[in-house]
Amino acid sequence: MTNLARATTAAADRPGTARGGARAVPQAPSPQGAMAAALKDAALAALVMLGLSFPILLLRSDVGSNNELVLTPRVPLVVAACAIVFFGRLAIAFVRGAWRRSHPRRMAAASPVGTRPVVGRVAGLLGYALTGAAIAFPFLAAYALGGLTPARYWIDLAILVLTYLMLGWGLNIVVGLAGLLDLGYVAFYAVGAYSYALLSTTFGVSFWICLPVAGIMAAFFGILLGFPVLRLRGDYLAIVTLAFGEIIRLVLINWVSLTNGSAGISSIPRVSFFGIPFTREDDGFAATFGLAFDPMQRIIFLYYLILVLALVTNAVTLRLRRLPIGRAWEALREDEIACRALGINTRNTKLTAFAIGAMFGGFAGSFFAVRQGFVSPESFNFMESAIILSIVVLGGMGSQVGVAIAAVAMVAGPELLRRLEILQVVFGEHFDPNQYRLLLFGLAMAAMMVWRPRGLISQRTPSVLLHGGGSPAAAPAEAR
Amino acid sequence: MSPAPLLSIRGVKAFYGRIMALKGVDLEVNEGEIVTLIGANGAGKSTLMMTIFGNPRAQDGAIVYGGRDISRLPTHEIARLSIAQSPEGRRIFPRMTVRENLQMGAAVLGGAHYEEDLERVCGLFPRLRERLDQRGGTLSGGEQQMLAIARALMSRPRLLLLDEPSLGLAPLIVKQIFSVIRELNQKEGMTVLLVEQNAFHALRLADRGYIMVNGEITMTGSGADLLRSSEVQAAYLEGGRH
Repeated sequence: MTNLARATTAAADRPGTARGGARAVPQAPSPQGAMAAALKDAALAALVMLGLSFPILLLRSDVGSNNELVLTPRVPLVVAACAIVFFGRLAIAFVRGAWRRSHPRRMAAASPVGTRPVVGRVAGLLGYALTGAAIAFPFLAAYALGGLTPARYWIDLAILVLTYLMLGWGLNIVVGLAGLLDLGYVAFYAVGAYSYALLSTTFGVSFWICLPVAGIMAAFFGILLGFPVLRLRGDYLAIVTLAFGEIIRLVLINWVSLTNGSAGISSIPRVSFFGIPFTREDDGFAATFGLAFDPMQRIIFLYYLILVLALVTNAVTLRLRRLPIGRAWEALREDEIACRALGINTRNTKLTAFAIGAMFGGFAGSFFAVRQGFVSPESFNFMESAIILSIVVLGGMGSQVGVAIAAVAMVAGPELLRRLEILQVVFGEHFDPNQYRLLLFGLAMAAMMVWRPRGLISQRTPSVLLHGGGSPAAAPAEAR
Repeated sequence: MSPAPLLSIRGVKAFYGRIMALKGVDLEVNEGEIVTLIGANGAGKSTLMMTIFGNPRAQDGAIVYGGRDISRLPTHEIARLSIAQSPEGRRIFPRMTVRENLQMGAAVLGGAHYEEDLERVCGLFPRLRERLDQRGGTLSGGEQQMLAIARALMSRPRLLLLDEPSLGLAPLIVKQIFSVIRELNQKEGMTVLLVEQNAFHALRLADRGYIMVNGEITMTGSGADLLRSSEVQAAYLEGGRH
């Protein structure tokens, strides 16, 4: 078969698959068939709604006058819900059918090859825009809300987002680049937090000395985890890392003489401006720089501190990706056997991924400790690992900008849903968005997985691009 | 011929669990030769290729390369001894670009001669030059095979191991790839060990050939002799030149 013949078969294949995919939605040969299919689909959806309504909607439970349980059946509500789902689904089917008829072959025409650099460039611009927005954020918030103190809630929230962003970027090295599924990343966060907490409360060491120490400690634990899991991949690796995260937490709970157990460590020294404390005293930050004292100065400083730490994480990751070690990580994710056959020492490659990923977790951990002033094992449970991993997966594994967007969505999202009073217009006076926020959030997550199963930004940007002169040669020449 | 062969495999046994896949294989490759290893599915050809690279490890016997026993070395160190392979199933990195794949091939040299070698392999496979910034996974089968060979060449090997480069490819592409192998051998004196099921093409190309059946070498001889042998014709060239 010649190349031409191959091309024609490939072309013949493609519309076939597109049509196969569309068959689920009514676009069958006859209009009657389409109608029947749409009705069946809508009926099925309504049935599912009915099933869901039973536990959630059908009975309203109240406490009666004698403290007894009063159940009020709400049949009309259930009927209404099912009807909405039925007709909504039907409408979607018709809109889709109409769209398909008016835009034939749109999907088959999209070329995966030509669009790639554009995606990379857009993501890059988005990155700069987000960075700019992050730098301006505290002032924008203060301006919008008329002062720093009213903006405290938003700045605190932004600090939380940035902490998770840093953790996400750190985990992205391990999961996104090296392809090592790590479910126990929170362990390194804990190691970093406790490193700072213990060093500062026992020896009075300053934050700026503890920060690198915490990073080194976490990297050491990363290697400790790395050794036993060198031969594991996928599910097996996930289980062992999950266990590792739990082990660290349990050690923190039970090693009471060192960690004070579940009571945690409190009165951790607060952050200082490179040695100048944020206090009202004469040697405090405000007095030294001739400003009026404001407790918000510390918060703003914390904000920029975590912003810088996160940006450093990002810069280091982007740099590493262009170096042989970064390329080796990505190659390892793609094919471990091929890597070895090309002379890559896969053991060292994995260990460096674990160590460097863990190091950033450690930095974030010591930031957490200095911000909270209190650490306890409770802050480092599996939920945290799961959230961090969700940020990486949601963002699109390996994409820095994607992780940033996902961190905002995952951390700020549930918080913002608390404030959706506007929904009261739809659902009536008694609707409390607070109670529904996790439900809405879950729906959003499920929708994400349906529409963008490989994450927000699933296109990988090449580490070297286009036929530029020296850069491709310079990259491999730099190391070793 | 030089007194000591470049690669000499003596009495090598290899196991998958308890199953003996190689039952004492002897094979030699001299400097500057193209040697081909022919056999049916499951004969152990690819296993031998992998065993040279230390995975699975040779349980018995010796694999001597350039006067040194490499049978106890880890895979990545063997790859640093100027042996390169284009493995079974090509194993290119699908989400990385062609250029990045080639960079990975040059990793052993730490980037020395990278530009020069990139030019060289693009000269051998002009298709790859057109596709340098395309993801490996989007290439056609033939292009992926070219990439796998090119990637192996990026490490400037003395000995090139090729595992079924013709597998699943159109005859025209196979011809193209085989002519590149011949060119490498004739112009640069590259030593090649070629594992193939496509016996006709492989034996025509090779200086010498080995026939492998059930983990053992059953016949050996010059490529032309093997092509003429009635046993080989009956077992591997049935239906003539395909």
